[in-house]
Amino acid sequence: MGKTYGSLTAVDNVSFTIGAGEIFGLLGPNGAGKTTTLSMLATLLKPTSGMALVNGYDVSRDSAKVRKSIGMVFQEPSSDDILTGWENLYAHALMFGVPRRERRERISRVLRLVNMEDRAEDLVKKYSGGMRRRLELARGLLHNPRILLLDEPTLGLDPQTREHIWEYIEDLAKTNNVTVILTTHYMDEADRLCDRVAIIDHGKIVALDNPGRLKAQLGGEVVKIKSQTIDLGKLRGLDFISSVKQADGYVLLTVQKSSMHLQDILNRVGVVESVEVHPTTLNDVFLHYTGHEIRDESGEGGTMERIAQYEGRSR
Amino acid sequence: MTAIDELSGFYALWYREIKVFTREKSRIISSLFTPILWLGVFGGGLGSAVSLSGVNYETFIFPGILAMTILFTSVFFGLYIVWDKKIDFFKEVLVAPLSRTTIFMGKTVGGSVDSLIQGGAMLIFGLFIGVHYTLQSLLAILGFMFVLAVMLVSVGLILGSNMESVEGFQLISSFLIFPMFFFSGTLFPTNNLPPYLLALTMIDPVTYAVDGLRGLMLGTSAFPIPLDFAVMLIYTSIMVALGVLSFKRLK
Repeated sequence: MGKTYGSLTAVDNVSFTIGAGEIFGLLGPNGAGKTTTLSMLATLLKPTSGMALVNGYDVSRDSAKVRKSIGMVFQEPSSDDILTGWENLYAHALMFGVPRRERRERISRVLRLVNMEDRAEDLVKKYSGGMRRRLELARGLLHNPRILLLDEPTLGLDPQTREHIWEYIEDLAKTNNVTVILTTHYMDEADRLCDRVAIIDHGKIVALDNPGRLKAQLGGEVVKIKSQTIDLGKLRGLDFISSVKQADGYVLLTVQKSSMHLQDILNRVGVVESVEVHPTTLNDVFLHYTGHEIRDESGEGGTMERIAQYEGRSR
Repeated sequence: MTAIDELSGFYALWYREIKVFTREKSRIISSLFTPILWLGVFGGGLGSAVSLSGVNYETFIFPGILAMTILFTSVFFGLYIVWDKKIDFFKEVLVAPLSRTTIFMGKTVGGSVDSLIQGGAMLIFGLFIGVHYTLQSLLAILGFMFVLAVMLVSVGLILGSNMESVEGFQLISSFLIFPMFFFSGTLFPTNNLPPYLLALTMIDPVTYAVDGLRGLMLGTSAFPIPLDFAVMLIYTSIMVALGVLSFKRLK
């Protein structure tokens, strides 16, 4: 499916299939089209081309059924701060058709899940950012959705809260067979949490696989060199170097058994300004596929996407 | 979605508005302050020199001031949807499996009940300046107030759902709300008006609310009361229809 706003292509014909109980990550910098993709799956935006089935329902034609199947947690705080935590959940239960008999019981259950029973009667105004996030996660789960859509679930949270939320999400997928689709621009989050990751850049999926395999594809360790005298020709064709790339003023080599070959490499390079060796991370995978670091474009949170949506609306 | 689901969704929106309303008591007080100021200063001041339709001026303008309370509260209630859209709370409502008609009606009735409560406080105030009610007239008055509130909340929601920022509030206040108040015949009787003023008065939907309320409270009206009510129902139906359309287009 794809989404264009006039001449701007926000999502460029992406295509993927996600299995039940899977944690699927859309990884990319802000403005890559992650939120737009998620919003189309949530039926908040209509695709301009192609189609998507969520829980077997067409997002364009059966939007009400899709909405009942999904729980969505937005990037920006979307709980009502004039209401208490409990009241937010109650209003949600009413809107999502939770049967009357089950409302109270389910509210208690999700509150327990996110460890917030003791703060349920406080106004959301008085919550910290992390508590608000947890409440919204609880809310997303209240109507027992088969699929949970999380837009940057741990954006701006402290490490401890992030770890907590990751545990909840993992637990949900494992024990309740809930399918989780999340967007993130955090490499560690994608690596730690996701069964599969789609790397998305400029609206296109450039790679899609299990994080471990994505890293293994590069093979070996990454040697990052900064040097003025480097001659790439001297490095190509060596059997222990599986790829040579230039990005951001650095030369990136993927090297097998780098500890054995490092001296050999440095001899060929000449004068070295800096050298770095580390195990392959998703960051290297990202760099490998897109030719730039993920942080390059992460300015204001999702500004480009929002401008695109804004312009789309006024058209 | 079944009708029951839509109904409980409707109740959810209303539930939220009631909670917000009861928690922002300062809003109630401040929204009553301006009308009472009008009554006291304008009504009392000008009333010391003028009496109209056989009642003192303060009493004469009371039905109009009541309509004004509803006018301001209702339109601004609707406009506040711009905030909802900004803080993303509204996305949560839009992603719910509810029809847009239900969402619109939930918002509208929630806001109208708010307005009605504030109007009710004004009704009590009326007792002190010599307005009398019977049970029958009171029910009819509440009916007028409710229909007026539904119409004006709809107007606010239509404008609010098509606006992107709060900067337009001032503009709407100057070019819509105040004219609707001034041309409504609150401050003067509508017979013997110069033609341009008469035309504007006849277009203004609030005119018919003021006229009907005046008939019910003071026994003097320019049009028959059922006609006033019928005209209001027509205006209200149009606004509700336009409002539902605007909500269907909301993203």
